[in-house]
Amino acid sequence: MTDAQTLEIRDLSVGIGPHDVVDGVDLSIGRGEIVALVGESGSGKSLTALALMGLLGGAVRQTGGRATLDGTALDLGDDAAMRRLRGTALAMIFQEPVASLNPLLSVGAQVAESLVVHGRATRREAWDRAVEMLREVGIPAPERRARQLPSELSGGMCQRVMIASALISEPRLLIADEPTTALDVTIQAQILHLMRRLRDETGTSVLIITHDMGVVASVADRVCVMYGGRIVEQAEVHRLFADPRHPYTKLLLATIPRMTGGHKSELFSIEGRVPDLADWPEGCRFRTRCPLADGKCAERPPLAPPGSDPGHLAACWHSDRVEDLT
Amino acid sequence: MSDPLLVVEGLSVHFPVATGRPWGDKPVVRAVDGVDFTLAAGETLGIVGESGCGKSTTGNAILGLAPVTAGRVLFDGRDVAGLTGRARQALWRDLQVVFQDPVSALDPKRTIGQSIAEPLAIHGVDRTRRRARVDELMELVGLGAAQRDRYPNELSGGQRQRVVIARALALEPRVVICDEAVSALDVSIQSQVLNLLLRLQRELGLSYLFISHDLSVVHHVADRILVMYLGTVAEEAPTAELFARPLHPYTEALLSAVPIPDPVAERAKTSQPLGGDVPNPMDVPRGCPFVTRCPIREAGCETLRPRAVDLAPDHRVACHVREREITGTCALDRDAPEPR
Repeated sequence: MTDAQTLEIRDLSVGIGPHDVVDGVDLSIGRGEIVALVGESGSGKSLTALALMGLLGGAVRQTGGRATLDGTALDLGDDAAMRRLRGTALAMIFQEPVASLNPLLSVGAQVAESLVVHGRATRREAWDRAVEMLREVGIPAPERRARQLPSELSGGMCQRVMIASALISEPRLLIADEPTTALDVTIQAQILHLMRRLRDETGTSVLIITHDMGVVASVADRVCVMYGGRIVEQAEVHRLFADPRHPYTKLLLATIPRMTGGHKSELFSIEGRVPDLADWPEGCRFRTRCPLADGKCAERPPLAPPGSDPGHLAACWHSDRVEDLT
Repeated sequence: MSDPLLVVEGLSVHFPVATGRPWGDKPVVRAVDGVDFTLAAGETLGIVGESGCGKSTTGNAILGLAPVTAGRVLFDGRDVAGLTGRARQALWRDLQVVFQDPVSALDPKRTIGQSIAEPLAIHGVDRTRRRARVDELMELVGLGAAQRDRYPNELSGGQRQRVVIARALALEPRVVICDEAVSALDVSIQSQVLNLLLRLQRELGLSYLFISHDLSVVHHVADRILVMYLGTVAEEAPTAELFARPLHPYTEALLSAVPIPDPVAERAKTSQPLGGDVPNPMDVPRGCPFVTRCPIREAGCETLRPRAVDLAPDHRVACHVREREITGTCALDRDAPEPR
C-alpha cells in the first residue's frame, strides 16, 4: 500500500427509506493505486461510488460518513462543490458507454467538454487536447474520429471515448463502474490493458467496481469485497485470492466456473440468495447463508486483521476456520 | 454416435437493411452465413462467440423465430422449415428454449403455477393432470410446489429462471436451447442454475444447445463447442480438445482474452490482446471474416473464404494458414489467383 492516500472515506452510509444499503464503509485509495470494489447485485458497490461522486438523488440519501481527497475534506452533500470537482479532480465512467454519451454531439466535443466547462482551456485548445487524448486511448485516426458521432463508433471505441473524456482533466481519482461488463471479451482485454497503462503513465488512482473476479485479478492492486452494504473483506489482490478469510469471499471464489476446472462436475454454490433489504439479519449480514454461522454471529463482527498482515481485514468471527470451507 | 437429433446444414439467415430509400441496392446483414452442425441425444453443444457472431440468430432460426434464407434444419430427420399448425406445435413438444432474461419471459399477472401450466393447457392436458404435473415440475427444478401461487415479482432472478426452466420442461422436450440462460444471474446464483441444468440432463437425457458469450460457463457444461465469428463457423471441437489445442487464431485470441480469476496466472499472460473491432456486419470481408484482425493472415486470405475442414479427429477449423501448417497445403496454394 502506498503511504500517500488520494482518497479516504470513513464510515460512509447510504440509506433508502429506513434501510442502510451502504452501512459504515471505510475505504482508502493510494496514489496510483487500483482498488476493486467487488460484489453481487445489491451489495451496495455502485451506490458507494455514486455517493463518492455526489450523485445520489431521489429517495437515496447519504446518511453518514466523511471523505477526504488529497487531505482536503469533501462535502459529498454539497452540490455546487461536488460539481466543481466532477470533471476536474474526480471523474467517472459507466457500464454503458453508448448510453453515457450524447448521441447528437461529436465525440471530440464531448471529450473536450470538461476543459471548456471548467474554463481550463479555450474551445480550440480543448479540441486539440481532445484529439491528443483520443490518440492516447488508442483510437486510430483521432482527427477524423473526433468529428464523428457516438453512433458511428463501436461499443469498445465509445468506452475509449469515455475514458478519454474522464482522463483529459487529469483527475486524481477515476471511478469506473463495471467499465467492461457490456463489452465483448476481446474488447474487454483491450480496455483493461489500457486502464493499467494509463494508471502507470499518469499515476491516476482508480476505483473499479465489478462483479467479475477475473477483472479483479487482471487489474486490481487491492480488493474490497462487499456483501449486504458492508465491506466484508479487504486485502492486497494476491493475498485475497490465495488466502481469503471471510466465508463469503471464499465461497464466491469457489462458485466461479473456471476454464481449468472440472467438466460437467457439480459446481460449488452458495445456499439461498441475497436477502431483500427489509430482511437483512442483525449482526453479520451473511450469516443466513454461511456454513460457519453460530450464535456469536448475531453480533456484528468488526472489520479487523485476522492475521499478522495489517492490510488484510475480514469481518468475521470465524475467520480462522474459513480455510476449511468447501 | 447414434443418429443426431438435430442437424443444421448450410444454415444462412440474411436480413435486409432498411435504408429509407426506395432506390438502389438494399444492403443485407449476413447474420448467419452457411453454418453446419449436429446435436446428438443427451449431448450438449456449446455455441460461443462475441456480439453479432450470429449465435443467437442460429438458435432463433432453429426455433422458427428467424427466417431461414438458405440451408436446412432437420429435427429427428424432419425438415422443420415450412411446418405449420399442428406439425409446428408437435415440434415444440420436442424443442424448447430458455432465454437470458427471466423477467420479461414471465407474464407478471400470472402466478408461476399458471405460467408453468400454460404449455400443458395448449397441448390439451386436462386440469387435474396439469395441476399434478406443475407440482412435479416445481419440485424437479427445486422450487417446491408450495410456491405455485406466487407472482414473478415475488421471486429472485434465480428463482424466476427456475420457473422458466420448469415451463420449458413441461412437455418433456428432447432438446432445450439455452440462449445466455445464466448470463443475467449473479455468480452465486449462476452456479445453482448450472447445477440444475446438469442434473436435469442426467435425469431426463436432455440435449442442450448452449449459446453463451461466457467461455468459462460453456467449458463447464458443453461436450463440444462451436466457435462462431461474423455468422460463420471458425472452429468446432470437443471441449477439452478446444481448450487444450485451439487452432483457429480467433479461438486462441478469445481464450487468452478471458480474464482468469487468479492474479498469478492472469498476470503471467504474455499475449497481447487482439486489436481492432469486429467489422460492420453489413460489410463483411469477402474472404476470411476474421482477416481484419488476424495476426497470422497471408495474402489471399482477404479474398478466398476458408471452409471448415477436419484438421484433427472431430476437430474442424476454417483457416487457410493453419490448414497448411497441418496438412501441408491449403486452398491459398491451389486456388489463389496467379500473381500478376
